[in-house]
Amino acid sequence: MNTKHGRLLRAVAVSVVAALALAACGGSDGDKSSSTGGAADVKAALKKGGTITVWAWEPTLTKVVKDFEAEHKNVTVKLVNAGTGNDQYTALQNAIKAGKGVPDVAQIEYYALPQFSLAKSVADVSSYGASGLDKTFTPGPWASVQQSGGIYGLPMDSGPMALFYNKTVFDKYKVAVPKTWDEYVDAARKIHAADPKAYIANDAGDAGFTTSLIWQAGGQPFKVDGDKVKIDLSDAGSKRFADTWQKLLDEKLLAPTPSWSDGWYKGLADGDIATLTIGAWMPANLESGVKAGAGKWRVAPMPQWEAGANATSENGGSSLAIPTASKNKALAYAFMDYATAGQGAQTRVDAGAFPATTKQISDPAFVDKKSAYFGGQEINKVLAASAADVVKGWSYLPFQVYANSIFNDTVGKAYVSKTKLADGLADWQKKSATYGDQQGFTVN
Amino acid sequence: MVATGSVVAPADKVAASSRHYRRSWAGWGFLAPFAVVFALVFLAPIAYSIYLSLFQDRLIGGNSFVGADNYKQALQDPAFWESVRRVALFLVVQVPIMLFLALLAALAIDGGRLYGASLFRIAIFLPYAVPAVVATLMWGFMYGSQFGLIGSINDSLGLSLPDPLGPKWVLASIGNIVTWEFVGYNMLIFYSALRVIPASLYEAAAIDGASEFRIIRAIKLPAIRGALVIATIFSIIGSFQLFNEPNILHYVAKNAINTQYTPNMYAYSLSFSGQQYNYSATIAIIMGLLTMVIAYTVQLRGMRKAL
Amino acid sequence: MATTTALRPKQRARAAHSFARPRRSPLLTALTGLILIYSLVPLAWLVINSTKSQESLLSSFGLWFGDGFSLFSNIKDTFTYNDGIFLRWFANTLLYVVVGAGGATILAVMGGYALAKFDFPGKKGVFAVVLGAVAVPGTALAVPTFLMFSKMGITDTPWAVIIPSLISPFGLYLMWTFATDATPTELMEAAKVDGASELRTFFQVCLPMLAPGIVTVLLFSMVATWNNYFLPLIMLKDPDWYPLTVGLNSWSQQALTAGGDVIFNLVITGSLLTILPLIAAFLLLQRFWQSGLSAGSVKE
Repeated sequence: MNTKHGRLLRAVAVSVVAALALAACGGSDGDKSSSTGGAADVKAALKKGGTITVWAWEPTLTKVVKDFEAEHKNVTVKLVNAGTGNDQYTALQNAIKAGKGVPDVAQIEYYALPQFSLAKSVADVSSYGASGLDKTFTPGPWASVQQSGGIYGLPMDSGPMALFYNKTVFDKYKVAVPKTWDEYVDAARKIHAADPKAYIANDAGDAGFTTSLIWQAGGQPFKVDGDKVKIDLSDAGSKRFADTWQKLLDEKLLAPTPSWSDGWYKGLADGDIATLTIGAWMPANLESGVKAGAGKWRVAPMPQWEAGANATSENGGSSLAIPTASKNKALAYAFMDYATAGQGAQTRVDAGAFPATTKQISDPAFVDKKSAYFGGQEINKVLAASAADVVKGWSYLPFQVYANSIFNDTVGKAYVSKTKLADGLADWQKKSATYGDQQGFTVN
Repeated sequence: MVATGSVVAPADKVAASSRHYRRSWAGWGFLAPFAVVFALVFLAPIAYSIYLSLFQDRLIGGNSFVGADNYKQALQDPAFWESVRRVALFLVVQVPIMLFLALLAALAIDGGRLYGASLFRIAIFLPYAVPAVVATLMWGFMYGSQFGLIGSINDSLGLSLPDPLGPKWVLASIGNIVTWEFVGYNMLIFYSALRVIPASLYEAAAIDGASEFRIIRAIKLPAIRGALVIATIFSIIGSFQLFNEPNILHYVAKNAINTQYTPNMYAYSLSFSGQQYNYSATIAIIMGLLTMVIAYTVQLRGMRKAL
Repeated sequence: MATTTALRPKQRARAAHSFARPRRSPLLTALTGLILIYSLVPLAWLVINSTKSQESLLSSFGLWFGDGFSLFSNIKDTFTYNDGIFLRWFANTLLYVVVGAGGATILAVMGGYALAKFDFPGKKGVFAVVLGAVAVPGTALAVPTFLMFSKMGITDTPWAVIIPSLISPFGLYLMWTFATDATPTELMEAAKVDGASELRTFFQVCLPMLAPGIVTVLLFSMVATWNNYFLPLIMLKDPDWYPLTVGLNSWSQQALTAGGDVIFNLVITGSLLTILPLIAAFLLLQRFWQSGLSAGSVKE
């Protein structure tokens, strides 16, 4: 390049970089907004009014927002669907890093919340009144929003697991509904032998499902204490899961269709996928996405690892949390409280969400409701019972979002090659540990 | 100044009659709008990326300067090199196939021996108009060996076709989608270049009694050399940057396409799942350098022209 | 005066083929037809499946029609779903395309003209730098660009989508090549002798000759901006500003959430509606770029 030009260009480049560097250094570091206040501040904020932004993909919140605005005429709530799950967490993290465009309330699933609370990206809301809410919420979700003594969100819905099964298929092949996982394996064999195109379930490798099953089996592979992290995916509970599930994989008894794909919906509709062991929020999805299955499905308690036990776990479910960078935390809390513990909870349950609140879950109108889709069965009885039986003591990693993103890279191999599930889990453990180490945690 | 009687082929950018350029700063005046936006949209982020690659930001410990550590780590990272090998393999197989098909189609349409040439031209170009999201959705469905089209074919014909979304074939399946998307685009580039071949050359060939194949070899191919080179370069860059198709297909084939399948996907998951922006920037810079070297080599060897 | 009359495109085309005057070949047509079928099958899939309702999609064979013909109800549902957000996305995409592709064309035309007709310091490096920058993976640039734009306050606005789409390296190259051959220096010299400024020369003398090339660049830029996906995905959080691609993807992802509506049929119908305008644009503009690429480059 010609010197005269080269110099000009270089000068431009240098100044651009300098400007950026200055901006990057000087900019957005953490809490410029005030620290959390108290319950009085919440009342004051409601009186004063204002505008808050809520990032959530939960469809039942739309009505909640309308009702809240009707009740508090000087408050405007902007409800934005900024993506589902990981997409939103990415957007949230980007916004927090840039220091701009951070919402006042964000929907964060339980498994992802520790990542945000540990990085202090979401605020501790105990002082706003959350500390008085422990009887309001069911035990599983309530435990999930707490971290090292602080309360970092309020539970919005929950997903205690149950066995959803296609009764028509089970009747057709004369298979009994399994009560234990060993019986489940036998049922899988019977169904697949009777019809090679039918499977008891699909599984193409799903981090949330695997962790939930290990949870139910009593495993505690992730232990967190401040910045010390212990990962052990070969503990008793994990081994139990791996041994049983390996049988299903070896005998090719699981449809290799990923959940939520159009092939999956198809299989559920025509009976080629006979069961779903999944969270209590599933009925709404079946009703809207698998219309051809109406009347054919029923709900049973989750299969047990030990005959006669009744241990369950949670699968999915989200909380609402307030990012630390929000400029209007008190008003945000007011909305959050309304949506999760107040009138909003009933509104959402009426629209089909599964409650995380003790009031709604024990409400006879809810429990005794007959579901037409499930042939008139009172499904909420089963689901509420499951909520009460969630195994205690489970925790997620402070970087679970990342760990889940590499689940298929590691454990996924067991689904498409001769790698054993236990080895896949060990690989997952190793790579997650490496990541934690790189991020500055003390691992194992 | 009288125009010389020479014929100007498009690949020869410097015709005798227009060799006298205007030397002036007015050139920058016309180039300025492009240059300014370019600096903002490309140069500044690249500079920032380089800056990022020299630091490390951890969940515990915050931001710190680490110099060339990220680069050292990347150069020894087996996942990174595996992804590079994969796109190199993809490049070596898919690009020649696609360009060959595009050239065939262009020659066929230009040769004037087709019934309904303009229909072919527009129809083969159509896939380029389809967004990657849509294209991948469609092909993803058709590849489904359980409940998709492959599955239906297996059922009705009693076959057992290999699973296009299984680890063995998925790279070829992605190659198929990319070929489908870009054959028409490249065909159009070649076709346009073929259209500007001056009639006088064909006249001369006809007088000499040259066969169709001779004409192709001696006149058409050399004349579109520039287009061939530029199409190759852009295809090479595209292959190294492979991202859209495997990323969207990843959702239906999580075990066959992992998050580190191509270098771009690796950089993406580092940034967006792992929040490791610095390492991600490092990977991207290395890939950029690698791609640039190869692209320049191709350009230099292919276009021996004075600018 | 220079005798640079370019043959009018149709004449030239006919001239070229009056020599070959080849016989049409059914065999060649059939062989090329294979490529044609390959190109069209997935599009046929799109059309066929747009006629199916959500349930029918899951129960019928992929490449043939299912029970019932739901195309019109699908179209209606696509337009009215969620308060007609599809139409809003359509409007957004039009905005991005008109301003983005239009802007990109202007920048590429002026830049290509400069590279073709002027010699200026630094010229040799320019295309090399442009090509080099394009070689850096877009994902690497995404986050730094996002951070930069958010400091400038333009993320989550149309500008964040439009500004990056203003750079078309391929357009620059195309115009450079085209301008080199299509605008004879003699004419420009003549204009200068007549007292015209550079700008006037550009607008009044050269631009008309560049018209066909401009249309080509415009068309390619339109396709690129219409199908733009990755950067808008990162820059935009508010669904009101999504282009069609990001919107369709969000509908497709919607089925992945508990309680979300499963609307694959709308995704498919929406996809079909998304590609129709581009196809229409091709058909309308094809006479221009087809003739344009040949015109003006040949001097006899």
